[in-house]
Amino acid sequence: MASGSIRIAGLTKRFGSFVALDHLNLTLEGSKCVGFLGPNGAGKTTALKLLTDMIFPTEGECEINGISVQKERKRALADAGVLIESPEIYPSMTPNEALEMVADLRGVPASERKDRIQAVLAEVKMADWGNQKVGRFSKGMKQRINIAAALVHDPQVVILDEPSTGLDPRGMAEVRTIVRDLKKSDRLIFMSSHILSEVTEICDEVALIDHGKLLFYDTLNNVTARVSEGHGSVDVVFARPLPPEVASGQIRTLTGVTGILALSPDRLRIGFDGGRAIQEKLLESLVGMHLGVVSLTESESALEEVYLSRISRGD
Amino acid sequence: MATPTVAIPATHRIVPDSLPQVLKLTRYQLREYLRSRRFLALLGIVVTIGVILSAVVGHFRGVLVSDNLSFYGNFWGSGVYLVIVLSAVFFGGDAIAGEFQNKTGYFLMGLPIRRSTVYVAKFIAAFLASTAMVLLFLVILVGNGAFYFGGGLFPWQLALSLVLAIAYLAAVLGATFLFSSLFKTSAYGFVLTAILFLFGFSILESLVSGLIKIEPWMVISYAQSTIGGVFFSTTNWGFHGTISAGVFGNTMYTAGIGEGIVIMVAYFLVTALLGLFLFEREEFS
Ligand SMILES: Nc1ncnc2c1ncn2[C@@H]1O[C@H](COP(=O)(O)OP(=O)(O)O)[C@@H](O)[C@H]1O
Ligand SMILES: [Mg+2]
Repeated sequence: MASGSIRIAGLTKRFGSFVALDHLNLTLEGSKCVGFLGPNGAGKTTALKLLTDMIFPTEGECEINGISVQKERKRALADAGVLIESPEIYPSMTPNEALEMVADLRGVPASERKDRIQAVLAEVKMADWGNQKVGRFSKGMKQRINIAAALVHDPQVVILDEPSTGLDPRGMAEVRTIVRDLKKSDRLIFMSSHILSEVTEICDEVALIDHGKLLFYDTLNNVTARVSEGHGSVDVVFARPLPPEVASGQIRTLTGVTGILALSPDRLRIGFDGGRAIQEKLLESLVGMHLGVVSLTESESALEEVYLSRISRGD
Repeated sequence: MATPTVAIPATHRIVPDSLPQVLKLTRYQLREYLRSRRFLALLGIVVTIGVILSAVVGHFRGVLVSDNLSFYGNFWGSGVYLVIVLSAVFFGGDAIAGEFQNKTGYFLMGLPIRRSTVYVAKFIAAFLASTAMVLLFLVILVGNGAFYFGGGLFPWQLALSLVLAIAYLAAVLGATFLFSSLFKTSAYGFVLTAILFLFGFSILESLVSGLIKIEPWMVISYAQSTIGGVFFSTTNWGFHGTISAGVFGNTMYTAGIGEGIVIMVAYFLVTALLGLFLFEREEFS
């Protein structure tokens, strides 16, 4: 099965004289997760609502799987799963009933429905709640049912508007895990977020938006490569506090290392020059020194730098 | 972390046509109505109206139950309007506005479904739930009728009056849906429908016939009077209304049955379609 596509062409939305979205052009194709990143008020929700025909463009148009959303909403949304603005489900419905309604209206054959509903409820870890009324659910539980509803027909295109927003930290982490597990061979996921780490954690590509304008669209790898231009940093965690002389001595003298910052007694941020090749050597040497390294992560500097440098603050 | 992956193969799904979607959604909406607290409340109100009318008719039976037709005219004619307007307000008042206000619309609008499908399904569901209330009131009426006149004596005018009442219900619901689409806040729809149909249109009708002195065919309450009117000898069975002199020498207009039906159906069509037109253009922003 071919994977899904989203095409956004010259999409513009004005509210009175205010331009919420300014000639957005974006074509997404293939099986991947694309993060739609931007600060609050950037225009993410506006774009996704236009993409799903909840609001109407001032100019431009968009397509899902090659079908115009503005001209044929029904056909365009047939193979899309949509979650926008944390919708409410009729409170007297149970998840089973709500998903049954969605599956029925979407044309999932009656014979498959029960299995599909059970499968998606398991996917969002709500299998035990299928027969409880949604009205009494917490925000996080409702959001997970909303995600299940977007998946019940196993769509090719999944559009999620800040799925983890408004949840407590644990709920956010759970939703991120769920979204990460949505990735599959023939699925295109387009997810908005104002949280940088969320996008780097989940997505393969990122489209950066601010003040209604697209700043760039690229893969995370390219962003990293392009921005760091050989400069990078890694965060290293040790099993036990590290003697300061080791950090300033042995580690500081490793090839390519430009600086060391102690984040805590057992945690260092190591800056280096020389790109991926040097990063590889650095990590090998660190492990080879038997200092009790328990974790190595790339500091999120690349996208963070772009984010901070390209987005005008004050939101 | 190991997560269960979905093992069910994706077969190609064909989204149902709009008509089957309307019927499916109607069923789900109707179920929501039937188990709402509102439905129970209205059930209580209709029964209360029936009990009060039964008591009044029983007390004044000398006057009100003089003959079969006047009994039905008085009982049905005094209660059914209230039942219809309250049902329309309860079931239709926030049918559209509530989808915006409660954010349930975002759930529906993510589906491959036309806006008109949502509107029509909600209308039919509200119409059926309201009809159930009218029928409940009919049962109370017929129970009383059987008590006074025996079972076999239901006048045929009752069937016609029921048809007129249903047409009136469609007209009131049409207006309710129009207001519900017009305002994204539910309360406006409730209040406007209740005010207009409980006394607003009646006042307007008196103004038109009393001050402007023309037949008030453009006011729905004029047509509404045919529902109770069919039981009385003054009924005009033709299309056009009649003009007579009122007690104070003013001109009185009485709608003909045909005219009544046409006015109600016209109100239904204009308001329901206008509401649909608005809903089609309304943004979930
Ligand atoms: N219905 C509306 N009327 C006026 N302004 C709006 C409306 N919806 C959104 N906006 C404005 O458009 C901008 C973008 O909003 P939104 O798309 O919700 O941002 P994001 O989802 O990226 O946080 C914001 O400044 C917001 O205030
Ligand atoms: Mg938003």
